[in-house]
Order: sequence, then structure tokens, then C-alpha cells
Amino acid sequence: MTPRISFQNVSRRFELGGGGEFLALDRFSLEVGEGEFITVVGPSGCGKSTAMNIAAGLLRPTAGRVLVDGAAVEGPGPERGVIFQQYALFPWLTVRENVEFGLRVAGMPGKRRREIADRFIGLVGLTDFAEALPKTLSGGMKQRCAIARAYAVDPKILLMDEPFGALDALTRVTLQDQLLRTWSQERRTVMFITHDVDEAVYLGGRVIVMAARPGRLYKVIPVDLPYPRTEEMRLSTAFAALRNEVWRSVYHPEAA
Amino acid sequence: MSAAPDVTPGGAAPSRASWMPGATMLALNILAVLLGLGAWALVTAEGVVGLPGPGAVLSAAITLARNGQLLSDALASLARVLTGFLLGVLVAIPVGFLMGWYKVARGLIEPYVQFFRTIPPLAVIPLAIVTMGIGETPKIFVIFLAAFLSSVVATFQGVVSVDRTLINAARVLGAKDATIFRRVVIPASTPFIMVGVRIGLGSSWATVVAAELIAAQSGLGFRMQQAQLYYDLPTIFVSLIAIGVLGLLMDRIIIAADRVLTAWQEKA
Ligand SMILES: Nc1ncnc2c1ncn2[C@@H]1O[C@H](COP(=O)(O)OP(=O)(O)O)[C@@H](O)[C@H]1O
Ligand SMILES: [Mg+2]
Repeated sequence: MTPRISFQNVSRRFELGGGGEFLALDRFSLEVGEGEFITVVGPSGCGKSTAMNIAAGLLRPTAGRVLVDGAAVEGPGPERGVIFQQYALFPWLTVRENVEFGLRVAGMPGKRRREIADRFIGLVGLTDFAEALPKTLSGGMKQRCAIARAYAVDPKILLMDEPFGALDALTRVTLQDQLLRTWSQERRTVMFITHDVDEAVYLGGRVIVMAARPGRLYKVIPVDLPYPRTEEMRLSTAFAALRNEVWRSVYHPEAA
Repeated sequence: MSAAPDVTPGGAAPSRASWMPGATMLALNILAVLLGLGAWALVTAEGVVGLPGPGAVLSAAITLARNGQLLSDALASLARVLTGFLLGVLVAIPVGFLMGWYKVARGLIEPYVQFFRTIPPLAVIPLAIVTMGIGETPKIFVIFLAAFLSSVVATFQGVVSVDRTLINAARVLGAKDATIFRRVVIPASTPFIMVGVRIGLGSSWATVVAAELIAAQSGLGFRMQQAQLYYDLPTIFVSLIAIGVLGLLMDRIIIAADRVLTAWQEKA
């Protein structure tokens, strides 16, 4: 079976002012299977967003390529939903209009669009706020709206770049559980970037650890905890051991 | 008002005194106006500065209002300003969008915009009169220029400062360039455009009055110029006050429009 996402020796250089160059991502290779939930952790600047943006089609690699279902990524596509840390809601649109955006772009008629939007708005618990503007929402509600907006176009793949990074601990845990619940119902392939080791272990079937300078894949740590993940698991010794392992790889990688 | 080099949207900055109840603030404003009028009356009653007092100005205003001259002057000035201003904004917005969206357009247009921005629109009047005659055209042209220059820069800045993440968010939802332009770039730059429009209206108004002082057969500036010949100070005062009040009203209208158009903005 072909993997859903396949990073093949993907590198990305950035030109720096003054003629220099910076290798943000160095020969990154990774395969993500259909319906798999992987988390990506690593220190700031190790190329997590770079790798994800290349998969999203928002950034071109300078070498290598990314295949999605066997086809090279040439640009963004509706089968890949992206959720940004900064929410990126359109502030002039209401929650419902934001969620309808992708459907409207696809030319779906208003009535059908509204049905779908309302379903996903309900799924993320924002029904009472469907007519609200983003500025009136809390951070957690904004991110739920962004998730509904991404789900609405029914992507097979979700690329999430530190989506819960700006939220308080409690909201984050709630959204993590909500995300896992939806994922277990409709198995999408998820690539979830985080800088939070706990979050990486709690959500992921595999944790991809990256290292910086140059940004690269450092280690893949399988998480042998069954889904659904529970509060109990979070407090278990197996979880603690995994967290320690990931923590050590992130913060004390052996010299490459 | 001159075209400001940089525009930052967000409307009026929250005042330091924002904790004060609105009613108290209004009472203070009214008090200040009354005190000012009192001081004016006092100073002129003593004949200190040789100016007309509030009474003389008021009676001149009543006369000018009764015989319809005030209204026809105000309408003449407003008609010029609105024509020039609307033309200026209507041309500036697409040009500003072009400059912000296409690097080539920016490279071609920017030198002219930057150069003409440094010339006060009034300085163009002699040239406009010589080349366009003494009718309405040169005056409207100069106002057009004033409105155009401030709005074009603001629109351009609005387009280039659209949040990249919003554009990316639209792209990953399947939007192509034309849709992104219509559904993201235009709304996102509205706050900037409104700042430019507001500055543009201010400088249009300043320009029309000055243009009428120089060459016109009607309008508030023309009326003042006539009054100057006859040492008719009350009429000059009435015209000045009318200019101020109308300028203020137009500014308020723009602010109100801005409130509606950019109500979605997250104010700090
Ligand atoms: N457009 C860019 N120009 C120059 N350098 C960039 C650019 N984007 C990212 N970088 C650099 O590439 C490195 C990796 O960035 P990024 O992928 O955002 O890291 P992460 O998401 O892991 O924190 C960083 O050092 C960053 O400064
Ligand atoms: Mg990042």
C-alpha cells in the first residue's frame, strides 16, 4: 500500500540577507501511513513548520519531493487541510462564514454549504457562536472554528502546526481529547506539530523527533499505547517512560 | 493636512482619558466652547484686537443664510470637493491594488507617486490654471490629486501588509489568486484604505478652499476673498466657521463609515 504522505529527501535552503544561505531542512525523509496520527516535536527552528509547509504546498523544497498518495505535491489542495497556530480566521467573516469559506470557493450552493458548516460548527461546540465575529471568541474557540473550517472541506490529511500552542493548559487538554475523538470516528491522516512533549506522546502513534542546525529528522519513537487515549494513560508509568525518552531526544540529542 | 507618510489603521487612538464617563467629557467640551465664546466677546467688546464680536458674526451669518449665499457657497465648495475626492479615491484604489499585487506595476508607478507626494497639491494650481483654463477643471484636478495621492499610498500599504497567514489559509482551502484578491486582500486592506480616504478628504477640503482663494467665482474660499477686498471681517468669520464645521462633519461621516466597514477589527 502506498503511504499517504511520503517525504523523500526533502531539503530547503533559505537565502539570507548578505548572500548567505541557511539550511532549514536537510534531507528529511518520512512516510506517513493512511489513517496514521503522527506528532512532530523538536526545538524551535528545527524545520518543523518548513517540512509541514512543503507538504501543504505552501513552500517549495529546494531538493527532494513530497508525494501525497503517490503524486508529487505541486501546491495546496483541498485533500490536505491545514491548521495554523495563529488560527488564521478571516476576521471580517462570522464563524459560519469562515467555516463555509472552502465550500464557497469550491462553488457549493448556499443551502448545502450551510448544512455542512452547521454540522462542523456543532461538532466543535460553537453552535451558539455561529454568527459571532472572531474578535469576540477566546483563543480556544478560535482554534475550534479553524478546525471546523478545515474539516468542512473534508480533507483526507490534516496538517496541524502547533495548533494548541497558544492555549492555556486546560483548554489544550480538552481540545486534544476532542481531536482524538473526531480522529477515531473519521480516520484522517494527521501530522501534528508541537513543541510540547506531553502533547506529542498523548496524541501520536509515532513521535517524530527533529533536531536543529541543520533541521533534520533525528529519531522516530513509536508510542505503544492503544487508542482511545485516556486520562489514566496520561498518568501511567508507560506514558512517563515514553515522555522521558522523547524529552531526552529533544533536549539532549547525541551528537549527529 | 498633508499626506502622511505612513498609515496605520485602527481609527482614533484610544484616548488617555477614556476612563472618563462620556457625559462628563461632553460637558467639558461644551464648557470649553462657551468659555472660548465668552473670551472672544470680552476681548472684542473692549476693542482690543479690532475683530468683530460673536454678535456681529452671528448677524452676518443670519444675513448670509437668509439671502441664500451661505448655502450656495457651501454647495459650490462641497460639489468641487466631492467630485475631485470621489474621482481621486475611485482611481487610487485600483491603482493602489495594482501596486500592491503586482511588483511590476509597483516598480512603474511608485516613482511618480513618491515624487508627486512631495509636492503640495496647491503648488500645482498655477500649472493647472495655465493648462486647463480658469473653469472648474483645474480646481477639481487639484483636489483629485490631493485625494488620489493619499489614498493610493494607503491602499498600496494595505495590500502589502495583508497577513500572509490569511492568504495561506485561503490557498489551502482551495482559493486561487482571483478569489484570494476578492475575498481576502480587499477586505483585509479596508482599514488602511479608510485611513487614506480620511486623510484624502481632509487634504481635499484644505485644497478646495485654497484653490477658491486663488481662482474661483463661487465657494466659501471665493466669498472670503471677496470679503477681504471690502474689509468685511464678519463674512470672513462666517466662512471660516462654515469651512470648519463642514470639514468636521465630513470627517465624522468617514469615521462612521469606517466603524461600519471595519467593525470586525480587533481593537487593541
Ligand atoms: N522565509 C524564511 N527565510 C529565512 N529563514 C527562514 C524562513 N522561514 C524559516 N526560516 C528559518 O528556518 C528555520 C526553520 O524554521 P521553521 O521550520 O519555522 O522551524 P520550527 O517550525 O521548527 O520552529 C529557522 O531557523 C527559521 O529562522
Ligand atoms: Mg514553527
